[in-house]
Amino acid sequence: MNRLANRYRNILDFALSSLFRRKGKNLSLLAIYTLIVFALASLMLFVSAMKREAAVILKGAPSMVVQKMAVGRHDLIPLRYAAEIGAIRGVGEVMPRLWGYYYDSLIGANYTFMVSASLADYPEDIIIGNGIARLRNLAEGDIMPFNAPDKSPILFNVRRVMSHESELAAADLILISEKGFRTLFNFPTGYATDLALTISNPKEVAIIAAKIADRFPDTRPIPRSEILRTYDSIFDWRGGMMIVMLSSAVFSFIIFAWDKATGLSAEERKEIGILKSIGWETSDVLLLKFWEGVVISLSAFLMGVIIAYCHVFFFSASLFEHALKGWAVLYPRFRLVPAIDPYELAILFFLTVVPYTTSTIIPSWRAATADPDTAMRS
Amino acid sequence: MRQSTLFLTFTAMNILLFSLLMLHARTKPAGALAIQSSCAELVKELLLTDLCLFTEARYTRNPAMADLHSPFQDHPLSLEHFPSGSLVMPPAVIRRGYEPSR
Repeated sequence: MNRLANRYRNILDFALSSLFRRKGKNLSLLAIYTLIVFALASLMLFVSAMKREAAVILKGAPSMVVQKMAVGRHDLIPLRYAAEIGAIRGVGEVMPRLWGYYYDSLIGANYTFMVSASLADYPEDIIIGNGIARLRNLAEGDIMPFNAPDKSPILFNVRRVMSHESELAAADLILISEKGFRTLFNFPTGYATDLALTISNPKEVAIIAAKIADRFPDTRPIPRSEILRTYDSIFDWRGGMMIVMLSSAVFSFIIFAWDKATGLSAEERKEIGILKSIGWETSDVLLLKFWEGVVISLSAFLMGVIIAYCHVFFFSASLFEHALKGWAVLYPRFRLVPAIDPYELAILFFLTVVPYTTSTIIPSWRAATADPDTAMRS
Repeated sequence: MRQSTLFLTFTAMNILLFSLLMLHARTKPAGALAIQSSCAELVKELLLTDLCLFTEARYTRNPAMADLHSPFQDHPLSLEHFPSGSLVMPPAVIRRGYEPSR
């Protein structure tokens, strides 16, 4: 056993000194390899964490939202629809939602206004999201001005700033009373933005959606499952977009690694010839090349994944921030709940470590099975 | 010291760190969980339907609630959530309004 371990150690020693002889080339290969694994692992961890986050957070979203459509677009829904939809068997509660957007031309940010029943007695007060407070440097008790549709200014008192923990759901949110909302937006009475439905039996959701669509052909019922599916497709697409951008780098690396791994230099062929002539067996040469491949690929894989994990879960994926932010001025600060999917890691391992290691062995096997004299002369 | 000893120590340290991170992911840090539960409560209380991730336009702020087709409605060069948005330019007549005045 000891003899066998010693044999492997000796071959590993030889492989390492062989790699160190071409230090510059191999270190740059290791650096690029690590960077590629880092980028792919960061993306993989970020996308799956965001999908999981959306699924957990939006679990409490309304069972169904009903929008009214007019000329192919989302329109305000008359409150009489609420009573009629509420009468459908299986529908629990129907809650009209009053919400809308406000563009702040001062800083170029979009806010989301939402009516909260908790502010019903405070028509001049608002509760703002932590993102807005940070951007506008606002605190509890400050005054925040807005413009009504006729451009007349309306002032609101900041009653409270929401906690920083809620940023992923409410960084740009402004909670307001119904009276304040209707005054600020000149919102017509008897209408709501949309209706939120409670359906206690999830099996009935599809049937209720069909009934609503049948009775009110000008509405669009959006069940919770569709909301969650939207997030799945968004992250798949945004993740896919990053893959497209990364693919050029990945392909350059593949060409570089393929060239490095498969094309044995004359010096390497000579080295194999000498080793064979002094008594090394073909299996020893293959083991040597296998170790050379493992040293590079395993180190790159482990380092790449470790750095990616730190980047996504300790530094909130700061390198992806610009891609996600787009044109937005207001961007939430949040920390993702760490999670690793062993299946995805296994895929990454088999896509990065295995191809490189095997591609180093095949040309060496060809050289090692050739006559040592020919190998030394080539 | 033998080079193999150095390499094996380095790999062992990497594997240890990797295992610690796996353990970290399983234990779920309290700070991150607090964010998740705080957001989930808010979603339930206010009947929210979307995450506040992309505030650049209304159809990216609330993608689940947006009109089914709403390209270029907020800014001609804003990033679209439809793949075609990154390939197709908006009509020149819309772009002109956003070009800097000379």
